Amino acid sequence: MWSFSHIANNLHEWLSKTFNPTMTLIIEMVLAGVAVIGLFAALGLVLVIMERKVSAWIQIRLGPNRVGPKGMLQSLADTLKLLVKEGLTPNGADKLLFNLAPFVAMIVAMLLMAPIAFAKDFQLWDLNIGVLYVSAVSSIMVISILMAGWASNNKYSLMGAMRSGAQIVSYELSAGLSILAVVVMTGSLQVSDIIHSQANGWWIFKGHIPMVIAFVTFIIAITAETNRAPFDLAEAESELTAGFHTEYSGMKFALFFLAEYVNVFIVCAIGATLFLGGWMPFHIGNWTGFNHVMDYIPSSVWFFGKTFFLIFVIMWFRWTFPRLRIDQLLNLEWKYLLPISMINLLIVTAMAILGWHF
Amino acid sequence: MFITKYIKDVYKGVRSLLVGMKRTLYYFTHHKEIITQQYPDNRDTLVLPERFKGEVVMPHNENNEHRCTGCQACELACPNGTIKVIFKNELTPEGKKKKAIDKLVYHLELCTMCNLCVEACPSDAIKMAQTFEHSVFDRNELTKILNNPGSKIMEGVE
Amino acid sequence: MFEEVGTTTEGDIIVNVGPQHPATHGVLHLVITLNGETIKKVEPHLGYIHRSIEKMCESLSYRQFIYVTSRMDYLSSHINNHACALCVEKGLQVEVPPRAQVIRVLMDELTRIASHELWWGAMAMDLGAFTPFFHAFRERESINDIMEETCGARLTMNYMVPGGVMQDLHPNFQKKVKEFMQLYKRKIHEYDELVTGNVIFQNRMKNVGYLSAEDAVSYGCSGPTARGSGVNCDIRKIYPYEIYDKLEFDEVLETGGDSFARYMVRIREMQQSIRIIEQLIDNIPEGDFQAKTKAVLKLPKGEFYTRVETARGELGVYIVSEGGTTPYRIKFRSPGFSNLSVLDHIARGSKLGDLVAMMGTLDLVIPDIDR
Repeated sequence: MWSFSHIANNLHEWLSKTFNPTMTLIIEMVLAGVAVIGLFAALGLVLVIMERKVSAWIQIRLGPNRVGPKGMLQSLADTLKLLVKEGLTPNGADKLLFNLAPFVAMIVAMLLMAPIAFAKDFQLWDLNIGVLYVSAVSSIMVISILMAGWASNNKYSLMGAMRSGAQIVSYELSAGLSILAVVVMTGSLQVSDIIHSQANGWWIFKGHIPMVIAFVTFIIAITAETNRAPFDLAEAESELTAGFHTEYSGMKFALFFLAEYVNVFIVCAIGATLFLGGWMPFHIGNWTGFNHVMDYIPSSVWFFGKTFFLIFVIMWFRWTFPRLRIDQLLNLEWKYLLPISMINLLIVTAMAILGWHF
Repeated sequence: MFITKYIKDVYKGVRSLLVGMKRTLYYFTHHKEIITQQYPDNRDTLVLPERFKGEVVMPHNENNEHRCTGCQACELACPNGTIKVIFKNELTPEGKKKKAIDKLVYHLELCTMCNLCVEACPSDAIKMAQTFEHSVFDRNELTKILNNPGSKIMEGVE
Repeated sequence: MFEEVGTTTEGDIIVNVGPQHPATHGVLHLVITLNGETIKKVEPHLGYIHRSIEKMCESLSYRQFIYVTSRMDYLSSHINNHACALCVEKGLQVEVPPRAQVIRVLMDELTRIASHELWWGAMAMDLGAFTPFFHAFRERESINDIMEETCGARLTMNYMVPGGVMQDLHPNFQKKVKEFMQLYKRKIHEYDELVTGNVIFQNRMKNVGYLSAEDAVSYGCSGPTARGSGVNCDIRKIYPYEIYDKLEFDEVLETGGDSFARYMVRIREMQQSIRIIEQLIDNIPEGDFQAKTKAVLKLPKGEFYTRVETARGELGVYIVSEGGTTPYRIKFRSPGFSNLSVLDHIARGSKLGDLVAMMGTLDLVIPDIDR
């Protein structure tokens, strides 16, 4: 059967036969790098057009419909425009940090790609602390935002960056605690283990209400961590014009823009992996016939379907809710999400010990 | 009780958010609610109401005759000096000299479409046209002469 | 400029919001002294869109100057024109025919709804919710279509003239207005679902930007801004003009004084306007739409003042006449200027994010403030 893992294995075998092991490793690394960059570009294009279409339909508009069939090439045209624009560096800016910040944002997003299982047995690096790695690396994102905000020499940017710092640091907590709920249930930090533990049902179904609560908390927390509305205080268009990337233009702005969307994809992919079974097909108990039909759908379709559903939910949030104020944002985390997810983690632990899940 | 109030707050808050999300989902899935008009494409079907104030025009009949007597009421009524009436002397068939308009100059770039000139005109010589695409590359094109070349005043209009 | 900010201490930052900023809806320039996120002082700077409308009016005749006032508060241009027409009529002592009066009131109320619709959408956008803006424009658009049919323009109508209205109602007017009211009633619950009931929105608006009734009076606030603090200041009720004294409608009052109270006043005011339109739409009397006036209007020597309730508050028109064809001096008392002056008072001590919410509830239209 055609699958990603099949192609990858064939390629590996062919390379091993043709080159010596070191060369094979180097070529595979280069291929992986190229694949990740290619995925980046594709994701940027797809997610931008998706966001614009979702927002348009919610706002009773048509959305982009001029460039290409049904406007599907609009984001390509936008990218082209951003490529040829001049990347200004404002006077008085810290030139090194100012130019470095977008790349830090991109590198963080790239690093996060490593432990994600895109399909069955198709993963860049199945390290044994995959989940920990993700939550550790994703918090580096705040450094790029702080860097951009500080180096821009602009009060709006600085304020946006500081807001973002406070926000990401707080929301890491509840995101981490809800990830822990799954880790506690599975007993492993490895991404492939977590996926395999969901073979007989996804955690959101197997884990009763506490898992649903953990899932909701996780969605809220990642929305905040990726600086998406209603938690887009770092950008806060009507307050800070464009927040931390006010001074950026051209391709440097595009990198921030791309990093935002790729981050959304990655956190949604992690959410899908942890709570919705990653590439695992949807199975219902003993309905063998039904389960068999579900198995015929390729695992990559399952993975991308779940991820894009979560991305849609996050976009849906963005175009429905007003923005929170900074103190309300922190209130929500420290007074509501954190206590709820802590108690929830306690219940989940009890459930795991007593075996009260399917 | 503190805990019940806390839970109530959370419930009410989440519920209000879900109500909003339901509403946006409705619009996301019901594309017939879309009200966008695809403007340059729908030019053929685009009908503006007959009272729409686009620009001042002077209707002529098939014999190239207009109704303007050159009374300057429009020029006086205009708040911006948009209209200038330029006269010429014409000979009537009886050989008398008669004052008639040579050009009725209309500066579209100054016009605010206030309709005061049309209201002021005693002989209904000018009216508002339903055009709205006024942009041109040369601003001289915005200065228009409303009467056609060689046009005459209609019989019986005083 | 910065020396006069006496409250500045070490660690405060001064931020220029505007003249080009997404939240100021025009060219308002605010110099804000911030301590972290907390606002210490707000200084509005005006004059970026000053077109000297008052001076321009001095060289225009009493028929001509009305069109300029459409450009003041461009969201309620009918009501501005109405105020001017009323003032000229007061000087001329012209009796406006009943049909013209009803048409004027109908147009005023439609304008009020359109203005509040746009305010609602723009304010939700200030708070970060983009969708309501487009939904508000759907309803506003159908009002604009009605206006376009009868008055021939969508924004700057110049429909009110001394003595009545410029043209008679379009034959489709009643049908279209009824259709609009049906649409509005079908969609009104969405406003609650999307914005009013939303927990984030309520938390953003409640207990923010408190304005007491005393302060509202002493700063000269009017309109929904003052009514949100419980001040009876609806000109339609206290100094009725046209046929407002014969109509049944409530003066919308909220006692909260915070941003949410001002918000609710406007939302409820839209429903009162619908109520007024419902009373009038089937009872438009027959007759002239314009009183007979002379071709050249001359006001007698003297001073004339009228005031009306625009969508933003009290608009006063003060004409000094020397007996000629043009006014000697015209002064407009615009609601926006007084409402803006209260911003510093209510914004001190709140967060930067609240500033845009407060500016939203004050419903500022900058050309109205600068003129």
